[in-house]
Amino acid sequence: MIRDLFILFFGAAVVNNFVLYRFLGICPFLGVSKKTESAAGMGAAVTFVMTLANLATWLVYNYVLEPNGLLFLQIVSYILIIATLVQLIEMYMKKYQQVLFKAFGIYLPLITTNCAILGLTLINTIDGNDLISTVVFALGGGAGFTLALLIMSGIRERLELADLPKPLEGAPIALITAGILAMAFGGFGGML
Amino acid sequence: MADDDSLFGTFIRGCWVQNPVLRLLLGMCPTLAVTNTAVNGLVMGGATLFVLVCSAMLISLFRRFIPAKVRIPIFIVVVATFVTIADYMLAAFIPEIHKILGIFVPLIVVNCIILGRIEAFASKNGVVQSLADALGSGLGFTLGLLVLASIREALGFGTIFGYAVFWAGFKPMLVMVLPPGAFLTLGFLIGFMNWYDQRQAKLACVECGGECE
Repeated sequence: MIRDLFILFFGAAVVNNFVLYRFLGICPFLGVSKKTESAAGMGAAVTFVMTLANLATWLVYNYVLEPNGLLFLQIVSYILIIATLVQLIEMYMKKYQQVLFKAFGIYLPLITTNCAILGLTLINTIDGNDLISTVVFALGGGAGFTLALLIMSGIRERLELADLPKPLEGAPIALITAGILAMAFGGFGGML
Repeated sequence: MADDDSLFGTFIRGCWVQNPVLRLLLGMCPTLAVTNTAVNGLVMGGATLFVLVCSAMLISLFRRFIPAKVRIPIFIVVVATFVTIADYMLAAFIPEIHKILGIFVPLIVVNCIILGRIEAFASKNGVVQSLADALGSGLGFTLGLLVLASIREALGFGTIFGYAVFWAGFKPMLVMVLPPGAFLTLGFLIGFMNWYDQRQAKLACVECGGECE
């Protein structure tokens, strides 16, 4: 049991990395990876919301949508759950967790349209995971997202000083770096 | 050309001048994920175009009745409804491709191009103008996907839409249809666009003798 959960976590975080292998959450990956600090903030915020969102959608799917034959409402209800959750977390933090609110700050509202969150809830539903696996999978996905963001931001901080051909500056070199990074992560491919 | 407010100008702006994939870098996830073959890219572009056009027109029609404070949730629900329709239609008519595209069809909901065009254009302009804008951006997105997918399929499988495009002994580079190939191809493609733009700007400057700066 514990072994299965570990494989699930490791698979989501490293082998099938959400950003570099499944292409989820590319926008924040490119947008917020210029500084290590902001990368860490974004990673933590995503992991947090991801875990809560998967918990909520699992409950709604298994206790509301499935028993009542409302599966056609899946996409609408999931995106509404995520949007509401982000809003509630933001309100709660603003009132009771000033330190965290300052740390997550601007990243929270951006998370609603982060496809890694919605994508992960859909994958969990398709795979038919139980509640514990769902939460572990979400934690793994968040850890993988944070890992990719941190590595990328480390590289990009150095790239700032590099002498690049002018047309490749900015987004193109970030994408090429991500490609090489994805090849490196491809090395984990045969592990599971 | 970017300031042209005519219907055609609006269309061209979305399609080329501000191409979502190649210039604005919006909607990156589906762009990278489903462009391993030209057919997948085309279907994904078509589905996004359908959702964008339908939701932009509906919202532009009701723009006077949508309260400003709750506009984003309303936009999202409208978009999610059309995505559900697109999802079921793809599953019914082309189930094989629907299976390959997988979760990226439902993920059209969070494609920033759609919310971006609705918020920036359709919620403020008339139905016909919004239609031109949505068609432009949607076709621009499809075009970007198709170019990227064709390059990757040609280098990775040696084919485009399943037809062989290289000589007989051509050895395909498998890496191009794997995730790293997506990042590399898009990176170089955007680099090429930048190079072309900078060259054009330079040529324009030579013509007027450097006075335009």
